Amino acid sequence: MNIVVCVKQVPDSAAQLSVEGGQISWGEAPLVINPWDEYAVEAALQKAKDLGGSVTVLSMGKESETEALKHALAMGCNEAVLVSDPALAGSDNVAAARVLAAAIAKVDDVGLVFFGKQAIDSDTGTLPAQVARVLGWPALTLVSAIDELNADGIKVERAIEEGRQVVQSGLPAVVSVIKDYGEPRYPSFMGIRKAARATIPVWALGELGIEAPSPVVAWPEVMAPPQREIATEIITGGSPAEIAATLADKIMAEKVL
Amino acid sequence: MNFGLTEEQRMVQKMVRDFSQKEVAPIIQEYDRKQEMAPFILPRMGELGILGICIPEKYSGAGMDYISLGLACEELEAVDTTLRVVMSVHTGLCSMTLWQWGSEEQKQKFLVPLARGDKIGAGAFTEPGAGSDFANIQTTGKRDGEDYILNGEKMWISLASNADYALVTVRTQKDTGKSSGELTSFIVDLSTPGVTRGDIHGKLGVRAGSTGWINFQDVRVPVANRIGEEGEGFKVTMSAFDNGRYTVAAGATGLIRAALEASVNYANERKAFGKPIAQHQLIQSKIAHMALNYEAAQLLYLKAGWMKNEGQRNTKETSAAKWFATEKSFEAANEAIQIHGAYGFSDEYNVERYLRNARGAVIYEGSNEIQQLIQASYALGERQDKALRMEMPAYEE
Ligand SMILES: Cc1cc2nc3c(=O)[nH]c(=O)nc-3n(C[C@H](O)[C@H](O)[C@H](O)COP(=O)(O)OP(=O)(O)OC[C@H]3O[C@@H](n4cnc5c(N)ncnc54)[C@H](O)[C@@H]3O)c2cc1C
Ligand SMILES: Cc1cc2nc3c(=O)[nH]c(=O)nc-3n(C[C@H](O)[C@H](O)[C@H](O)COP(=O)(O)OP(=O)(O)OC[C@H]3O[C@@H](n4cnc5c(N)ncnc54)[C@H](O)[C@@H]3O)c2cc1C
Repeated sequence: MNIVVCVKQVPDSAAQLSVEGGQISWGEAPLVINPWDEYAVEAALQKAKDLGGSVTVLSMGKESETEALKHALAMGCNEAVLVSDPALAGSDNVAAARVLAAAIAKVDDVGLVFFGKQAIDSDTGTLPAQVARVLGWPALTLVSAIDELNADGIKVERAIEEGRQVVQSGLPAVVSVIKDYGEPRYPSFMGIRKAARATIPVWALGELGIEAPSPVVAWPEVMAPPQREIATEIITGGSPAEIAATLADKIMAEKVL
Repeated sequence: MNFGLTEEQRMVQKMVRDFSQKEVAPIIQEYDRKQEMAPFILPRMGELGILGICIPEKYSGAGMDYISLGLACEELEAVDTTLRVVMSVHTGLCSMTLWQWGSEEQKQKFLVPLARGDKIGAGAFTEPGAGSDFANIQTTGKRDGEDYILNGEKMWISLASNADYALVTVRTQKDTGKSSGELTSFIVDLSTPGVTRGDIHGKLGVRAGSTGWINFQDVRVPVANRIGEEGEGFKVTMSAFDNGRYTVAAGATGLIRAALEASVNYANERKAFGKPIAQHQLIQSKIAHMALNYEAAQLLYLKAGWMKNEGQRNTKETSAAKWFATEKSFEAANEAIQIHGAYGFSDEYNVERYLRNARGAVIYEGSNEIQQLIQASYALGERQDKALRMEMPAYEE
């Protein structure tokens, strides 16, 4: 049984985002693997080790966007595939889900597909469920631990607001992983050497045997949030009690509480 | 000419940065105060392959190039000097010298476990009575059948109390008229009877790491552990310095960067006379110098690293890189404290640690006076590199 892990390449979290002419720009900031996806790669590598299968890392993006895939290869993934086609520009989540599902279907004997919790740029967090839906597989989202996994099925813990929920399903299945799963490993030097030398195959729509899916959502407008005005004030007073009282009054006056 | 890093080098840089920033930065001040090395550091660096970073895979190393070694040292010392010191002595002085001068048998026996990080190595050259004047060391090695018997004391040895092996250079002959030709190097297993060692306390810097003494009393070292021929010890040791100094240069570059980053952050936050101090020109001047010196120090070590990759002799370039980077790292740390005002004088901020740590590197791996003598003797035509019997191998992918 093989495993696929889907990763997105996103601007570094330290990047300064701005909107220029209706387009989002992150300036010169480097593109990196979506931080949440490192947890998914970690989970995929651990489970492949337990089960003895191989891990294919998959990303949809521009032809030049291989940094995230290389990072995942350096962490230990066996294969990497970039899905890229000029016709995919402007794809929304529904389109992305169809394309990723078609790519997953091309990988041999897939039992599990791992996703991160969400992409730190577009932030919808819906893609795992959407891909599962297209594939017709169960979606186990926001998974913090995998309690059981064998050829017949999987049992996981989901972190939900009210606590933990234990869910089980048959395979193949789609799993999105959260931070509690465990710290992702660093790339190893051996992995780095392999990744640096790897040429990553690019699958265009032709290879996937599909047409560019048409988006169902449009972005009529993108705006930068209004600048927040921050003012700092140091509260002084003769005694801690006096300072605390003044602070409490201010908080009440500002209707913070 | 290409000034860019390769994809592989950038990945190494990021990996070592992530390790040092995530795992070491949060705890280093505490260990510096306690004057102890955090126990996880050496095993973790071994497990991640950092200790054998530039040793070929054939000897269980990570097989990266010399520039990657430099980049790793820069990242490590940007967090704490003690991390880079590990690279200087374990990797630079001990492992790389074994790789250059050792026999195939010695490499299998000693280099392989060092590259894996299963064993820790040190370089023991300095003595209580001889540092810069290295040819004048007094520890003796007397041939006795298939052994040499070592007697004497080495002082100021980094990782003295952590190391399993040490590359040790001793005097095996006397009164031949050429002191440097009387020295011989050995790889010594420090668990051999007659070896005692301990740490020096009350150091100004590198407090989160071990610096100590190693005493040899009738220590039997097999001839099979001799690195190079009898009388080649001076050359072997100078080769060790060509590599150790490179790691010091790259590390000190990282310390300049850390001082610069701390200064920029603080100068943007702290206000005086109605504006952030970053907007006062005298503060800008300090920051400008740090930024310039960082660039220059980096170029110097990268050039030396490139020469190493090409298999070119780089004694002159490595010495220049070490001299410049260590001098400028001390200056940068000092100015960073100035920018932090009184807060910089307290260990609540990192910059006072940077200063204490930067101070040592001006002395060790050849004091900066010695580096100046080296530069002058090259410039005056008094010194030319002669081919060595065993050269450091060029990098092979
Ligand atoms: C009208 C419209 C036009 C758009 N045009 C573009 C465009 O031209 N270019 C563009 O890059 N984006 C475009 N987007 C955004 C893009 O559709 C989304 O980024 C994508 O569908 C995934 O959604 P998300 O980023 O919110 O991922 P989430 O659902 O938050 O991500 C969850 C997980 O899905 C996986 N994942 C996410 N994205 C990918 C991917 N690309 N490859 C593999 N795995 C992935 C990761 O594991 C991630 O952790 C557009 C969106 C809309 C609505
Ligand atoms: C933290 C630390 C770690 C160390 N780690 C190691 C290690 O792992 N292994 C090891 O072998 N050693 C190590 N050393 C020792 C270090 O290499 C020596 O201290 C250094 O070589 C200087 O020798 P010295 O201290 O004996 O000073 P000396 O040689 O006595 O020099 C005293 C002063 O005189 C100057 N001087 C000497 N000769 C001349 C000259 N000809 N012209 C002008 N000035 C001169 C020197 O520059 C110095 O300023 C370490 C030292 C420190 C502080």
